[in-house]
Amino acid sequence: MGLELYLDLLSQPSRAVYIFAKKNGIPFELRSVELLKGQQHSDAFAQVNPLKKVPALKDGDFTLAESVAILLYLSRKYEVPDHWYPQDLQARARVDEYLAWQHTALRSSCTRAMWQKQMMFPVFLGEQVPPETLASTLAELDRCLQLLEDKFLKDQDFVAGPHISVADLVAITELMHPVSAGCQVFRSRPKLAAWRQRVEAEVGKDLFQEAHAAVMKVEDLPPADPAIKEKLKPSVQCLLQ
Amino acid sequence: MGLELYLDLLSQPCRAVYIFAKKNRIPFELRPVDLLKGQHLSDAFAQVNPLKKVPALKDGNFTLAESVAILLYLTRKYKVPDHWYPQDVQACALVDEYLAWQHTALRRSCLRALWHKVMFPIFLGEPVSPEMLEATLAELDVTVQLLEDRFLQNKTFLTGPHISLADLVAITELMHPVGAGCQVFEGRPRLAAWRQRVEAAVGEDLFREAHEVILKAKDSPPADPTIKQKLMPLVLAMIQ
Repeated sequence: MGLELYLDLLSQPSRAVYIFAKKNGIPFELRSVELLKGQQHSDAFAQVNPLKKVPALKDGDFTLAESVAILLYLSRKYEVPDHWYPQDLQARARVDEYLAWQHTALRSSCTRAMWQKQMMFPVFLGEQVPPETLASTLAELDRCLQLLEDKFLKDQDFVAGPHISVADLVAITELMHPVSAGCQVFRSRPKLAAWRQRVEAEVGKDLFQEAHAAVMKVEDLPPADPAIKEKLKPSVQCLLQ
Repeated sequence: MGLELYLDLLSQPCRAVYIFAKKNRIPFELRPVDLLKGQHLSDAFAQVNPLKKVPALKDGNFTLAESVAILLYLTRKYKVPDHWYPQDVQACALVDEYLAWQHTALRRSCLRALWHKVMFPIFLGEPVSPEMLEATLAELDVTVQLLEDRFLQNKTFLTGPHISLADLVAITELMHPVGAGCQVFEGRPRLAAWRQRVEAAVGEDLFREAHEVILKAKDSPPADPTIKQKLMPLVLAMIQ
């Protein structure tokens, strides 16, 4: 059995891994794990990732969790073009810096914004989101977007320098989360909008669209049935803070 | 000007960077940034790290934030022994996996434990409800158990037979609740044994030196009102 990638394209880090693997022609079996059906909680999946999250990787007997670790593993194993994770000491450090920062910054606010704003809590789970919570989430998202622009992107073409890297993939897939919930993150941010165009062009529009088809259809989701709600609610409660 | 490391040993990631640099005899100028005095908020420090956090690195004109990025930079630039961040693709991936996981897991619970148990009441003079403290400590318990069951298991070190960056990052995190008086190693013989091994590998003197500040956290004098006002919103955001 070759490389298997356990993904749900509803998840931002799954999209980053998917785009990276496809763009680099890395051969893999796609193993779908449907988060909204609670499939990440199955015993079978726990064998692949006991942390019960996607993305996850299985390469022969070797299993790996965490999208950043997976992206770097794929970069090294498949010897992808240098710009994705440059050999140059300082250029690489810039990518590492972004990949570290985003966990508790952009990722966190993008996930919360997507769940609280339109669909996931209010309609899919049928749970009210207090207006103050949503307002605070959107303010935090705004703050992170400003940092993304001012501290990371600056006047560069891409997040970590003149060429696209895994940092851009991780960032763009995060931003598409609130976009799917109707947050206009690129409006009135021409710099960020221009960067988005560049990333989409580098990735390829078809691949980009394909990777984002699932999340962009989130607004068509019917409310979850009660059994699913019971299963999912505990693990997503923290997103309501 | 050579390598400068901007650190406050009150901070877990600063301790990891400090121990790593010292252990590997990496020459650097220590630039102390006193967090409890709000020095990370100064304009001068913003030149080094616009994110206003420690640790931060300055190497000539090159500045770098984020402890994981800093540790990796130092690893590569100073060509430290392989075990810290192995060349082997799979061994390296396991270190990356831990370094990624910990941001939103162990780091978060350790930070909250220190602040809810000690820093809010003693330093900021803000009471923390028993329910909140209990919830925080329960969360810490779950995360530490995950560290043991999912990462350490029956291995010598977190990602294999040798100490790596993962162990440094983990141990410095766990010393945070220890500094707050939480007995994280009690009733956890596997974890306690791992701690001994990490301390031995790092060197007991260096380990003690790096942790002097955090172990005195309970003795922090109360913040003056100006500092408190300055720090409160940031602290609240940080431990969210």
